[in-house]
Amino acid sequence: MKKLNNINPFTWNYSPAIETTDHIQINPQYNLYINGKFVKPNSKIYFDTYNPATEEKLSEVALANEKDVNGAVLAANNSYSKIWKKMPAKERAKYIFRIARVIQERSRELAIIETMDGGKPIRESRDFDIPLAANHFFYYAGWADKLNYAFPTKTPQSLGVAAQIIPWNFPLLMAAWKIAPALATGNTVVLKPSENTSLTALKLAEIIRDCDLPAGVVNIITGPGSTGSFMVNHPNIHKIAFTGSTQIGKNIQHSIAGTNKKLTLELGGKAANIVFEDAPINQAIEGIINGIFFNQGHVCCAGSRLFVQENIAEEIISKLKARMETLIVGNPLDKNTDVGAINNKVQLEKIKTYIKMGNEDGITLYQTLGELPKKGYFCKPSLFINAKQSSRVVQDEIFGPVLTVQTFRTIEEVIEKANNIPYGLSAGVWTDKGSKIFNLTQQLKAGVVWANTYNKFDPSSPFGGFKESGFGREGGLHGLIPYLKF
Amino acid sequence: MIPNFKYNSPIDQTGVEERIQRFNCRSIKKETKVIGLKLALSMIDLTTLEGKDTPEKVKQLCYKALHPSNDITDLPNLAAVCVYPIHVKTAKISLKNSSVKVASVATSFPSGNASLKTKLIETKYAIEQGADEIDMVISRGEFLSGNYTFVFDEIAAIKNVCGKIKLKVILETGELSTLDNIRKASDIAIYAGADFIKTSTGKIQPASTMPVTLVMLDAIKDYYLKTNIQIGMKPAGGISNAKSALQYLVMLNETLGSKWMTKEWFRFGASSLANDILLQLGKEKYNGVYYSKDYISL
Repeated sequence: MKKLNNINPFTWNYSPAIETTDHIQINPQYNLYINGKFVKPNSKIYFDTYNPATEEKLSEVALANEKDVNGAVLAANNSYSKIWKKMPAKERAKYIFRIARVIQERSRELAIIETMDGGKPIRESRDFDIPLAANHFFYYAGWADKLNYAFPTKTPQSLGVAAQIIPWNFPLLMAAWKIAPALATGNTVVLKPSENTSLTALKLAEIIRDCDLPAGVVNIITGPGSTGSFMVNHPNIHKIAFTGSTQIGKNIQHSIAGTNKKLTLELGGKAANIVFEDAPINQAIEGIINGIFFNQGHVCCAGSRLFVQENIAEEIISKLKARMETLIVGNPLDKNTDVGAINNKVQLEKIKTYIKMGNEDGITLYQTLGELPKKGYFCKPSLFINAKQSSRVVQDEIFGPVLTVQTFRTIEEVIEKANNIPYGLSAGVWTDKGSKIFNLTQQLKAGVVWANTYNKFDPSSPFGGFKESGFGREGGLHGLIPYLKF
Repeated sequence: MIPNFKYNSPIDQTGVEERIQRFNCRSIKKETKVIGLKLALSMIDLTTLEGKDTPEKVKQLCYKALHPSNDITDLPNLAAVCVYPIHVKTAKISLKNSSVKVASVATSFPSGNASLKTKLIETKYAIEQGADEIDMVISRGEFLSGNYTFVFDEIAAIKNVCGKIKLKVILETGELSTLDNIRKASDIAIYAGADFIKTSTGKIQPASTMPVTLVMLDAIKDYYLKTNIQIGMKPAGGISNAKSALQYLVMLNETLGSKWMTKEWFRFGASSLANDILLQLGKEKYNGVYYSKDYISL
């Protein structure tokens, strides 16, 4: 064939590779998982849950009112004092192992549902969310009978009932982060997922039921903020673990003032990702991309403020733009999708407002050229070049695929700018020089500092913030402490 | 301006490997796959570089480059055949009136341990025999002892002899040990006048790998951004199956983009890759059923 012998340069677009969903079972309606059973809500109200990529209704989920919360807390207290507290730690561990294994077995199903309900690319839910969720259960299962060795010379004791409220950005993973250490330390749980993403938590309830966990040890109830507030204010809970926005975190702290309830908060962030002139530039570009566009930027530790040393700014920005153009934005179920759908409509509006705000501040906006799908909640990967430290888009957590770029001249300047923010969850440093890295980790007010990489998680390493990003640590040995008294 | 090769931008190996994982996550199916496989086929430098090579072997290779398959007819030619200088003439005659190029290794392939004079004579000989492209090796010993100027001058001297003839510079990355060195050697070759940079001779393990190729593609990209001049890339050795060829193409597509998606700017140096591509194309043709390898000519 003559034509083929002179193939001209061409754009090689990847054919759609859509993950099949026909084997996925999503019930038309979900009830509350209380005391080992799925029960109808006293509120008699069900709310809809949508696929943000198609705006289609996936299912309807029960709304838990005060009476339902009371029921769940009662079940958790009963099973705590009658079963879970008395059970040998080794036996507790077996249940946690079992949950981990079933998550692994059903990982494909969970990944697909996570993507359908939350809009994140299947590549991420398949390769990140679900495996890491299973790993957290495996990891904490190992700790259950070794608590005395974790805290030598002390006698760690469980607290009672933990009320856990989790956000919509990593629904199953956050559930794992919360439930696994609570169970390992001998506490029982009432967990509420975000009303935007209840489905994988409810699938986890099915898994927990199928694992024959004693009734009431884990209760999963669904509903909006009001449900969470009933949980927080309930007199018979002993511990609150919350991941979500800083404002709600503050409200929780207000409302439990004067009580004995223990609290950990994992709140917002606005991380500085700092690139020095001696950085491995091409790998730093990847790190910047992963730092901000991972999970559409719905990551509390997203590297949303990029600081570039002035003499390499031009190179970094032009490479960043080119790299952004190769990101595939679209159907989250397509295995080739890099950036999926914005989790919900409210969030999309919020992101749009910030983009408008940045424009009004006169900051140069760059957005990718590709078309977005007609239906669903999508946002183009966006870059604010020459952003100003005082601008709202630099100061506020946008929680979307929006990166601000600022430059710096000296190391002192960048430390000052990086710390000049109410948040302090994470930061990134890119340099080939080890001494510079350690200097910065000492001076950056951030719970996690990544060097020459970004967004790395492991069950064995603690995670948590400074300042208005919250307190308490999750993951690792440190993640046991909030669930114990000594 | 020629940079100081001592101080190049560092490479982070972990970052490079992570990037490769992302490329390998791409799902290349259906039409994309067929287009990719045909493109890969058209980019192959079909290679025989053995002590036991004879004119008959070379002729057979040339015929294969012209007619990859009897069964699947809508296929492109391969890009070139790659042989030792003494077989260039045979290849040239077998391939006359076709678009398949004859590439010749030169400069005391594969070790490169010879005087510059010898290397120049060999290069001239290959060109006189009719070679369309020259694949030279760099002096790795000199490179590793830090004599970058020596390596640079040698490449420049060979390019001087080549004139308009395409010069591919083999870095033999398996002997350079670190990705930093590979980046350095790529820059030296590019600035000294290479038209293509090539990973390996195929005689040393490891030969071409994706991380090594990515570092070289980045060097090409950085040079292009500075000068607007395109340099070609040829991974060679170790790419023996269609799947990994597609993964290399994904990497090329997402690093350098559509301008490089042609045999003018990208080649695979391989001896057995072509037949695996034919096997896969056959599978696409016969609705997912593989035919026996016996149906594919050597």
